[in-house]
Amino acid sequence: MRFGIVTFPGSNCDHDAYHVVKHVTGQDAEFLWHKNTDLSGVDAVILPGGFSYGDYLRCGAIARFSPILEEIRRFAEDGGPVIGICNGFQVLTEAGLLPGALLRNQGLTFICEDAHLQVANGHLPWTGVCPETIVAPIAHHDGCYYADEETLAMLEGEGRVAFRYCDRQGEVTEASNPNGSLHSIAGIVNARGNVLGMMPHPERNAEAELGDATGAWVFRSVVQAFADGEVGR
Amino acid sequence: MSIVVPAVTARPGDPEITPALVKEHGLSPDEYQRVLDIMGRTPSYTELGVFSVMWSEHCSYKTSRIHLKTLPTEGPRVLQGPGENAGVIDIGDGLAIAFKMESHNHPSFIEPFQGAATGVGGILRDVFTMGARPIAILNSLRFGAADHEKTKYLLPGVVAGIAAYGNCVGVPTVAGEVNFHPSYNGNILVNAMAVGLLPSDGIFRGVAAGPGNPVLYVGARTGRDGIHGATMASDTFEEGVEKPRPTVQVGDPYTEKLLIEACLELMREDAIVAIQDMGAAGLTSSSVEMAGRGGTGLLMDVSRIPAAAEGMTPYEFLLSESQERMLIVAAKGKEHIVERVFAKWDLEAVVMGEVTDDGLWRVTEGDREVVAIPVTALTDAAPVYNRPYAEPEGFQASLTEPELTAHGDAKAVLLALLASPNIADKRWIYRQYDHMVRLGTTLRPGAADAAVVRIPGTTKAVALTTDCNSVWVKADPFVGTEGAIAEAARNVACTGAEPLAITDCLNFGNPERPEVMWEFVRSIEGMNHALRELAIPVVSGNVSLYNETSQVSVHPTPGIGLVGLLEDRSCAVGLGFTEAGHRVVLLGTPRPTFGASAYGTVMHGVERGAPPAVHWAEERALLGTLREGIEGRHILSAHDAADGGLGVALAEMALAGGRAGSIGSGLGATVQLPVSADLLARERWLFGETHGCAWVEVADEHLAELAGIAGRHGCAMTELGRVGGTDLRVTDQDGAVVLDAPVSALRDAWEGGLVSAVGLTPAPPRP
Repeated sequence: MRFGIVTFPGSNCDHDAYHVVKHVTGQDAEFLWHKNTDLSGVDAVILPGGFSYGDYLRCGAIARFSPILEEIRRFAEDGGPVIGICNGFQVLTEAGLLPGALLRNQGLTFICEDAHLQVANGHLPWTGVCPETIVAPIAHHDGCYYADEETLAMLEGEGRVAFRYCDRQGEVTEASNPNGSLHSIAGIVNARGNVLGMMPHPERNAEAELGDATGAWVFRSVVQAFADGEVGR
Repeated sequence: MSIVVPAVTARPGDPEITPALVKEHGLSPDEYQRVLDIMGRTPSYTELGVFSVMWSEHCSYKTSRIHLKTLPTEGPRVLQGPGENAGVIDIGDGLAIAFKMESHNHPSFIEPFQGAATGVGGILRDVFTMGARPIAILNSLRFGAADHEKTKYLLPGVVAGIAAYGNCVGVPTVAGEVNFHPSYNGNILVNAMAVGLLPSDGIFRGVAAGPGNPVLYVGARTGRDGIHGATMASDTFEEGVEKPRPTVQVGDPYTEKLLIEACLELMREDAIVAIQDMGAAGLTSSSVEMAGRGGTGLLMDVSRIPAAAEGMTPYEFLLSESQERMLIVAAKGKEHIVERVFAKWDLEAVVMGEVTDDGLWRVTEGDREVVAIPVTALTDAAPVYNRPYAEPEGFQASLTEPELTAHGDAKAVLLALLASPNIADKRWIYRQYDHMVRLGTTLRPGAADAAVVRIPGTTKAVALTTDCNSVWVKADPFVGTEGAIAEAARNVACTGAEPLAITDCLNFGNPERPEVMWEFVRSIEGMNHALRELAIPVVSGNVSLYNETSQVSVHPTPGIGLVGLLEDRSCAVGLGFTEAGHRVVLLGTPRPTFGASAYGTVMHGVERGAPPAVHWAEERALLGTLREGIEGRHILSAHDAADGGLGVALAEMALAGGRAGSIGSGLGATVQLPVSADLLARERWLFGETHGCAWVEVADEHLAELAGIAGRHGCAMTELGRVGGTDLRVTDQDGAVVLDAPVSALRDAWEGGLVSAVGLTPAPPRP
């Protein structure tokens, strides 16, 4: 399976995603420049973390106008698997590919720390082989997930919440919510399930040497789903 | 001087050169006479500004130079010593590490967010200029008393500034130190260190060679920010004087990120002759230094510089400290390659001059020549001072160990020390720094005595630390500086690494005071001695003098940034206990003293007395034992004694215990001390400060092998207890309880200490 990792000016987790796809999960990976107008035939797209366009104006607000975004929109509509991590999630909400918005953290500071995640729906292309909980660090200033009541009800009703912040025991509590996200939401998918946005960084905990390897299951899940023909254009 | 200095015509609108104007530019009458002698004429206004910044303390090192020359800067691993943008050391496998530490003290006191942010930006440029991909940032911060009214505003501002810049450029901030002391009430210290990785045969330097080669200006536009920053950094502050505010630069980490990518991409093409970042004194300093190293001249036209403001004068273009700018000398005919790569990253690159062979630094504004100064006048001919220094009165008497009475309750002492802001948990700070980006950080902040960052494609890792106990240095600058280096070396050895080289950031008060100059001289002598004892060099550094406000100089603070190497990082250990049942072993011979100790300060309000002495043979024995013991996988966790002594070190191992390589939920231990029932002796053993010691955790079946290693190195080794339980329990040699505290109680004190002392909004509990 071949992954394309988009490099916006200001992306800074593009090499990390590349490393994990290529060297941890053993798949093919290549970078996609933000000015490109085609996706070079990749099977999955990663919008990596970072500060695209400096996050000036609003996180992800300028990246949505990049030429490559139109291609990604088409790719997603055709059922291609897309994951937006951290800044990538912000870009997906700004581009309207996912509902809601990411607001400033409740504590108002940047937070870089491990987060325990409950896999809220383990039957998605991006979660299919994940264990019940994984550990994935957060590293953001604007990760407080917000959506109106109607949208939240829809997401919950359709099983579109992929990950929630939880404690070490897997319990979702107020204290385990690091940034004030509504419903402790850490990641959501689109209606079809092929587009995932998540604030935590699964690529940062994909190797035991870095503390924990459970993040790799997110990438292995989509590889499996792709092999099984459950996802892909 | 053989070079004939051409005349330049006065620029309309420039002020007349008067003694008052000269004084305003920070030049002494003697220095100005030197300018006249060199030039053979009155300098133009622009030229005066150039002399002012180039001969400032900050750029010329005129006070420190003769002392710095004594330090060891060579060694088998040194690929680039001091004098370039950063030092470079060889780590084998065709790879090298570039690193440097630098101060941004004055700007950070005026505007903590931008001051700290641009400090990070500047040091990153020093490192990637060498051709290195930045892989880590460290810092060393000093604030006034934790409860001082300004600390509550300055600390969050500085932390947010470092975070905003480092996080955005995508370089992890992996380690650092933060200390509070009233001597910094009016003059905080913000020192940032950057570490980069490069091919050992791919070092880029700032040597302007090849007359006729084009000089390109790249990066952000030039505005009026930061004019005379270097001069400000060479002066003291006065309470209530706010005039320097406009000289604080404003950072744009996004542009820096693009600049990093563009420069590193360009370096893969064969187009660059020389490259230099524009730091203090901006275009002036960067271009003069490049020409100085090349023994060449430069001709530049400021009217070609992309400007951020209307109507900028040559004076302003040359002295601006606008951020995120670089100067590149390209090979003639390859300008288009530079322009193409920078255009890809949406950055400007314009040819603004060329290398010449006349030894002159000439600047025009269009057709009008506004500056013509011999390059050597700004470099080699800059003044050098051997300032008078004198040991302060009463120094010898101050070295007596203070006579303190025992507190009596060792548990209460431990809790008080753990809660004291210098020792307390720093998570409130480091959770705001992205310390994981780039997937290199295998031992994160708080998890080990040094951060460990892996080197991709190899089994290696670097261990990184910054250290300086300025209370020790104040008490005895020679011994205290030795101590800072000993501690830095121990910190990397406690992860299993070999100390390779240091960078230094020397923050002192006003050197025109003989007692401050004495602190500086003695500190350098101590550093010199320590480096020779350890056989490691200093490869880069920075001097920040005049850290004085309203006649109060800061504690002498020679910050040490040390890089260590792990050949096989899979053996690296953290500081937290890993598993119940293992032995608690002390390596080294404790020589605890209350002199200049945290115990003295926190419990008794007494800061005097000689700091702990370094016994170098014992220190080397300890370093060797730690490294070999960890490489052989006999040691499972290790932590050295530093401020707070062996007792605090033991508590920190319990607090971080329970999960290797990370902060766990805590793991207790039971330890029997080789001391009697005497209360003062107990407290001295636990909380007096000592060099040459580290606690290590060892499994029973590895004890004999570790003892063999320690024996070969001549390092004392004593088994004193076992890991396990939920309490830290310490008894004396007769088994009487010295202290018994649940780790959870230690945690409450330690985690809450910083936040409550400064009055910060607490972070939620650890996940």
